[in-house]
Amino acid sequence: MRVFKNFGLFWYDFVIGDDRSIAAGVVIALMITAFLAHHDVVAWWLMPLAVVAMLGVSLWRVTRTED
Amino acid sequence: MSAAFLLLSTFLASAVEMVEALTIVLAVGITRGWRSALIGVGCAVVALAVVVALLGPALTRVPLNDLRIVIGVLLLIFGLQWLRKAILRASGYKAQHDEDAIYQRELAEARTADTIVRASVDWYAFTLSFKGVFLEGLEVAFIVLTFGSAQGSVPLAAVGAAAAILVVALAGMLVHAPLSRVPENTMKFVVGVMLTTFGTFWSAEGAGVNWPGSDAAIFGVLAFVALTSLASVAVLRQQRTRFAVAELEL
Repeated sequence: MRVFKNFGLFWYDFVIGDDRSIAAGVVIALMITAFLAHHDVVAWWLMPLAVVAMLGVSLWRVTRTED
Repeated sequence: MSAAFLLLSTFLASAVEMVEALTIVLAVGITRGWRSALIGVGCAVVALAVVVALLGPALTRVPLNDLRIVIGVLLLIFGLQWLRKAILRASGYKAQHDEDAIYQRELAEARTADTIVRASVDWYAFTLSFKGVFLEGLEVAFIVLTFGSAQGSVPLAAVGAAAAILVVALAGMLVHAPLSRVPENTMKFVVGVMLTTFGTFWSAEGAGVNWPGSDAAIFGVLAFVALTSLASVAVLRQQRTRFAVAELEL
């Protein structure tokens, strides 16, 4: 059981990394993009903006704690 | 053009990871002997081949649109992590990756570690080499498989990775020291930008988005991600300098 737990934790850490909010943000942004695209709304701009926003928030959180 | 991007991305990503693996293997080989270190390297390569052999064919069976959405998400999460670390390093918020310092630390640790021999193998040397090559190689395998399958050309992605492994291995054999002159931090920045760009493009396309200009939109996304990242570095550098000056004045 412990082996499976460690295996799962390794892959979680490998893919998700140390900032879970990035993974959550990517999934939420993509769900909104898919929703808009399936309702024939032009949605190509959303993912690039979401990426920049997520990066900005993640950087702000790290630098805020360091300063 | 996408093929050139694919080759460049896998080459750079693989080169960066292999430089890190080389530092560990060199430190272990020099202090503990090459036999156990190289057995560790060999076992790691076999383990990586098993991972690729299991995941590769499975990925090719997934429909391209579904594949691009899954791979896009994974690349985006992965790319944003690389990019975030690269920006923090470039702006001084995180220490630069220093292969010389890592090498010296690994040397010191390897010299003082206990010797446990199992099946005529120095367990410390084997484990450290295995872990170093497997963990760094896993990132390479991940990038090769995801990039390659989303572009419909795993072999081309593998060529980029193999070329990087060959170049780094040859350089390591010739120099016989860590490759500290390789601009690792810059390479990681470039790879982070590329992974984020492709992740953004493919995930949105998989979600049903029609990019203006079709595949040519990749260049627009690339420019947008690169410029935003460079601007982030500039802003954070200024912020750091401002805080440093304020601290001196206090």
